[in-house]
Amino acid sequence: MIRFLQNLDRRWIFLAMGLAVAVPILLQLRFPESVGSKARDTFAAIESLPEGSKVLLSFDYDPASEGELQPMANAFVHHAASRGHKLYFMALWPLGSQKVKETVDAILKPHHPSYVEGRDYVLLGFKAGNEGVIKVATTSLPQAYPTVDGGSQFGEVPMLAGISNLSAMDLVVSVSAGYPGTKEWVQYFVSAFPGERLVSGTTGVQAVNFYPYYPKQIVGMLSAIKGAAEYEVLVNEKYPGGDGKPIPLLLEGQRRMGPQLTAHLLMIVLILLGNLVYFVTRGSDARGGRR
Amino acid sequence: MKRSIPILIASLSGMVLVLAFFSPRTESWSEAVVDWFNVLAAIAFILGAGSLLKVQLVKISSRSPGWAYAAITLAAFLFTLLVGLFKVGTVPSDKFPTHVWTGDYEAPQATFGWIYLYVMSPLTATMFAMLAFYVASAAFRAFRAKNLAAILLLSAAFLVLLGRTAAAGFLTGWFPEPLEALKLDNLVDTMLVYVGTPGSRAIVIGIALGVAATSLRVLLGLERPYLGGGGGNG
Repeated sequence: MIRFLQNLDRRWIFLAMGLAVAVPILLQLRFPESVGSKARDTFAAIESLPEGSKVLLSFDYDPASEGELQPMANAFVHHAASRGHKLYFMALWPLGSQKVKETVDAILKPHHPSYVEGRDYVLLGFKAGNEGVIKVATTSLPQAYPTVDGGSQFGEVPMLAGISNLSAMDLVVSVSAGYPGTKEWVQYFVSAFPGERLVSGTTGVQAVNFYPYYPKQIVGMLSAIKGAAEYEVLVNEKYPGGDGKPIPLLLEGQRRMGPQLTAHLLMIVLILLGNLVYFVTRGSDARGGRR
Repeated sequence: MKRSIPILIASLSGMVLVLAFFSPRTESWSEAVVDWFNVLAAIAFILGAGSLLKVQLVKISSRSPGWAYAAITLAAFLFTLLVGLFKVGTVPSDKFPTHVWTGDYEAPQATFGWIYLYVMSPLTATMFAMLAFYVASAAFRAFRAKNLAAILLLSAAFLVLLGRTAAAGFLTGWFPEPLEALKLDNLVDTMLVYVGTPGSRAIVIGIALGVAATSLRVLLGLERPYLGGGGGNG
């Protein structure tokens, strides 16, 4: 057995991981989620705003991180729209603007048909310049976005009338996969307007970098697919779809927790087996050396 | 002169941005600098594309190992550039239905949008998803409890791996109220808040001090990595 494990072809490990991910997906396994304080704070940040508040959503990610971040992006949009907030979409990543359009098409248009572009939501689009865009927008939003996505002038969009800079926003939501993202929003937005509120949805690998900012600079935080699943539970509980059932796209986070569980368990088994092989062979090597 | 002018521009731009952060009167100056940055970044895109073309063409013409990949890169680059620039397949906008070029090149009906949706998006997602397989292989071959530090690292890894899934509920969800703090998800939170966050804070503060020191050297022209050659005092 030890010899088999010692010479284990990596393709068996790949097969095991493939099955660990595929089986729960095919069987549509879902497990109950216990909701943590960060997801509750995130929910409260959007829920506590009065109807019609201005919420800026910055989609700072691309398809590589879609698996983790798209479920929370969907839930943010559905939650904010269900509360009747005005939605301002922007992107610091080039492919972020595509993600905005996909989310609007998947969530806003079919499930919130009363939302009209220009009146209830606006796509500001992608702007090159990384944190420079935030810096300019904190002093002058029209200067950062002289035109919005689709070519309209800033002043022609009804819901942008009277907005001079980012301090007009009641909440900023950053869905972030790296640089530029949540950290830059903290540095250039929250630092410029210390009273302003920022919520972050982030990937697991960079979540630990944002813990120092929570809960003062970042008032709510969702990390990885677990955070998305917890937030979905809260949103689905209060704002189900038209038929009283959760919107299928708002179950994605919870659905992805199934493969995550089996993949994590496999990882633990592999680490234990690897160490078993290591200690057994080290013991026999030591005995062989003494002889 | 060839070095002095870039150093002067870099120092002035940096100083303006620092000043603008502290004085509201100079905020508009920083906006001008950021505008210039955007203009230069646009030119850098052209330079980058030129460099990509040059490198790939050299590889192809010299038939160096992997030249076929260079040919694929080049073909994909040129095809995407052209269909984007000429808005191939776009549907005219509602405002100007007779003008084809008024269409959105990112829309799924446009060839550029189609490439994003059905080539770029699945490819990048696949690359990221493949990490799971390599991490699994590494878990089996590399994560060894060789010493105390490795044991601590592995223990933390086990806690997070279990605590961030439904396993936490199955294994420790039934713990009574007095043992609430020992539930796996609470243990993970405790570890992140009381161990991870202070460590992260220390690193962030250290990095910030380093960045401040390096930035000061750049502003004073002592460090000039933007001129190439690795910077330094030379």
